[in-house]
Amino acid sequence: MIEFTGVSKVYPNGTRALNDINLKIEEGEFVAVIGLSGAGKSTLLRLINQLIPATSGTVTFDGTDVTSAGGKELRNIRRQIGMIFQGFNIVKRASVLTNVLSGRVAYHPTWKTILGLFPEEDKQIAYRALQRVDILEKVHSRASDLSGGQQQRVAIARALAQEPRLMLADEPVASLDPITTIQVMDYLKKINEEDGITTIANLHHVDLALKYSSRVVGVREGKIVYDVKIKDIDKKTFLADLEKVYGRAIHHDEMLGEG
Amino acid sequence: MDKIVVPKPRNLRRNAVVLSVVFLIVGSAVFAGFNPIEIIENFSKGKRLLGRMFLPPDWSYSAKVISPLLETIRMAIVGTFWGALTALPVAVLAAGNFLKNPWISKPVRLILNVFRTIPAMVLASLFVAVYGIGPFSGVVALSIFTFGLISKLTYESIEAIDFGQVEALMSLGADKPNILRYAIMPQILPQFMSYTLYGFEVNVRAAAVLGYVGAGGIGQTFEHNLAWRNFDRVGVIIVISFVVVLIIDFVSSHIRKRLV
Repeated sequence: MIEFTGVSKVYPNGTRALNDINLKIEEGEFVAVIGLSGAGKSTLLRLINQLIPATSGTVTFDGTDVTSAGGKELRNIRRQIGMIFQGFNIVKRASVLTNVLSGRVAYHPTWKTILGLFPEEDKQIAYRALQRVDILEKVHSRASDLSGGQQQRVAIARALAQEPRLMLADEPVASLDPITTIQVMDYLKKINEEDGITTIANLHHVDLALKYSSRVVGVREGKIVYDVKIKDIDKKTFLADLEKVYGRAIHHDEMLGEG
Repeated sequence: MDKIVVPKPRNLRRNAVVLSVVFLIVGSAVFAGFNPIEIIENFSKGKRLLGRMFLPPDWSYSAKVISPLLETIRMAIVGTFWGALTALPVAVLAAGNFLKNPWISKPVRLILNVFRTIPAMVLASLFVAVYGIGPFSGVVALSIFTFGLISKLTYESIEAIDFGQVEALMSLGADKPNILRYAIMPQILPQFMSYTLYGFEVNVRAAAVLGYVGAGGIGQTFEHNLAWRNFDRVGVIIVISFVVVLIIDFVSSHIRKRLV
């Protein structure tokens, strides 16, 4: 479904964030991307919907070259890709409904969405999305009045309203408490399994990766240094193997203990 | 215990700055011919003028002040409206983080800077020359003045928004107009409204003196009475204007506090 071929990204300040990445992700997978801060995880995710343009190489989404897409073609690709963020990035001064409906803007003519004219069908999609993440009762609340976990669920609902085929999650739980973390991860997993939406999540915690993903990809200094399916993981050597990703082995007492 | 000795801080730079500021102020006063003693020497003259203005003011003239004062406020309202309305789209063009095209934002900013350097009074005298004496010229001057003020404040607000919300809208396939509508406007609208109210406060004060160059409003009445040396009437104009401006400032700043 997604294929990176020889992708590199060098930022204007000279930082080489990614170096010759080759990666193939199949439909339906739940890929956890792990690695130190600054290893290139966020860049990797953002290359898929071209929020960050690649310096060289190509990224394809269902065979379509994302790296060379622009304008309407790019927006058509993006609307099939939901994205949630560490900072939630919902519009705080708007209602929950407006936020979720904004997930539909790429499906309609601009003049209609600017005037806020969404068809009843879209509202139903929005309500259903909110129901999926159990927050329908907040539909008319102002987004800024919600807690962090609730805001992240609204963000998931907005992504669901896109009726996406792929979900990108950039550190989705890094600013949440442990309880809400589990909730949000559970929703992502449920959506992945029930709707078959391919999911790629950057995660800080190795145990979350183990518990929720079907495949763990490790990034270090702009390179993929680890790529194993969960079913193939050898529990005995796993923590030691992570030395490739983090530069040293992970100890048992450094795990969250939630897996 | 031994006494700790640290080297004295080197104040050379600070002293040089203080010295040059003092020199600047004293030098300016000398060149401007400003002498504090002159104020004291002319004190009795000033006292006599104040007496003729305020002891007592000609209260019977109050009724005649109301109509030009209302005209002043109307000028300020219309000027603020047009200024703010035109400022919003231009501020969007001037903001470097929306179109991300320095070939647009930089020239637009340059033009805005030029607009802002022209005082309302100068604009008013220009427009009186074009459109003739009366409040219309004043409104045009105030519109342009407000435009310069609000567009600058607004584009700076746009550049200070939380860009994550923009990124989110981009990620779901929104085009520029939708990003503006759903990610930028909700963030800057309260500030924009606050700037507009602030613009109105400034405009009421500016509109009050524009009449001096014939651009309508209370300033024209003021100038007229001053020319005829009707100082007791001038006193009434000052007192009433003062109270009205104070009330408007109070109400407006109260609303502004609640907006942001």
